[in-house]
Amino acid sequence: MLQAITKLASLKNFYFFCGKLLPWFAWPTLILMIVGLYWGLVEAPADYQQKDSYRIIYIHVPAAWMSLFVYMVMATSAAASLIWKTKASEVVANSCAPIGAAFTFLALATGSLWGKPMWGTWWEWDARLTSELVLLFLYLGYMALQSAFEDKRTAARATAILAIVGVVNIPIIHYSVEWWFTLHQGPTVQVLQEKQAMDKSMLYPLMVMATAFKTYFATVLLMRSRNEILERESHTKWVQEEREHL
Amino acid sequence: MINSSQHALKILLWRDFTLAARNKSEWLNPLLFFVFAAVLFPLGIGPDTTILKQIAPGIIWVVALLAALLSLDTMFRADYEDGSLEQLTLSPYPFALLVLGKIFVHWLLTGLPLILLSPLLATFFHLDVNATLILMQTLLFGTPVLSLVGAIGSALTVGLKRGSMLISLLVLPLYVPVLIFGANAVAAATAGLDISGHLMLIAALLALALTLAPLATAAALRASIG
Amino acid sequence: MTLSEFLYMDGYYLYVWASYGLALVVMLAQFINPIRRKRQLLKQLGRKKRRGQRT
Repeated sequence: MLQAITKLASLKNFYFFCGKLLPWFAWPTLILMIVGLYWGLVEAPADYQQKDSYRIIYIHVPAAWMSLFVYMVMATSAAASLIWKTKASEVVANSCAPIGAAFTFLALATGSLWGKPMWGTWWEWDARLTSELVLLFLYLGYMALQSAFEDKRTAARATAILAIVGVVNIPIIHYSVEWWFTLHQGPTVQVLQEKQAMDKSMLYPLMVMATAFKTYFATVLLMRSRNEILERESHTKWVQEEREHL
Repeated sequence: MINSSQHALKILLWRDFTLAARNKSEWLNPLLFFVFAAVLFPLGIGPDTTILKQIAPGIIWVVALLAALLSLDTMFRADYEDGSLEQLTLSPYPFALLVLGKIFVHWLLTGLPLILLSPLLATFFHLDVNATLILMQTLLFGTPVLSLVGAIGSALTVGLKRGSMLISLLVLPLYVPVLIFGANAVAAATAGLDISGHLMLIAALLALALTLAPLATAAALRASIG
Repeated sequence: MTLSEFLYMDGYYLYVWASYGLALVVMLAQFINPIRRKRQLLKQLGRKKRRGQRT
């Protein structure tokens, strides 16, 4: 009984904690986005090789980074919910999946839009695009499994195991795809190796955009988590009070 | 304790075998699917020997993967429904070990016959003897990985009414590395390249799956039983 | 740099603006969705409560 009360309290506390944090991420997101977009689209010089088409990098690369980062956050909170059986971490893990899938989709779509002028084709079986595609499948599988269960707690335990299995597999998938790609290397795609020491004038706006994407993720994650708590606790008194308060 | 665990495992294996022997369609249908589906490709693509030779490793591996997928749904279902799975979780023996035993039986009934049938498919696709042997080797290392990783998906969905479609969504992305190493080893062999590296990588995948998959499967089964 | 030059993006306008437009749509949808969901949830809760009072 005591345990049940503390658990409930922690979800309630978590709800208000998320609410307090929310503006600290939402407003910086807006500011960073505006700064990053202006810097990247207007101030940053054009690439001498790719001209202005390289500006897709300011979306593509942050989205690709986030696609992996969100999975790590999801798997970490999934592991926490398996170990300590905390409801708050279940909520966070569940809220991560759709956001991560959206980032992965963005990384794929912008990669394709960048590939068309650079490689002359919408899709290339390039190592990175392929592992992003498999990552998207992992997210979709996670979401499908989550929606298949009626009981939220069973769903949380099952999806947590899947997320952890996915984390073990992501590096294996990544390296196998990379290795497969070098084996079949067709047309050279060195154009997209953006690692070759970017100039600072291009790198700084990228960092601003990457930070903006991180705070954006935190904002949406907090909003989704709050909704899921409301849904789970809809029978409790504090949720009813919260409703009247709004 | 170790001895009694071994004894329990032996009994479990024997029980699963006799059950499977009575229920032939469960493991025979995926095998028939393996042959039928592979035969469809030459019919769809045309009888050109050079093309068939080139695509054979990929097709045989993909079809093997799909056949394994077909058999996953029934892996734990009957035991879950009649409650014997719950009994196993309550037994004093390590649950992951018993799960490994069940996965082993699944592999013997679905993976092993697939390996034995693969020379037949190899002749359909005009693969030479050397490539066929390598195909069988990759399948020998690869099909246990399919069973082990698939068991996780099967365990996660065992409590669901319509789990069979879901399993493929969960498991197929995890099958990507096995497919890549397996099919490319055969392709490299037909091109006359050294393939020991490929085989070692598949063996490494097998070792990893063998140690981690039973634990994940056991945890997933416990979660499904609730 | 003029505005038309900026919009032209050295001829890559289609790809650049399609990428940014897509990102805008997806990220805005991800942001607005939880807000709508919350409103919907609160409405549902209100209905549940009123039903509870009547019985």
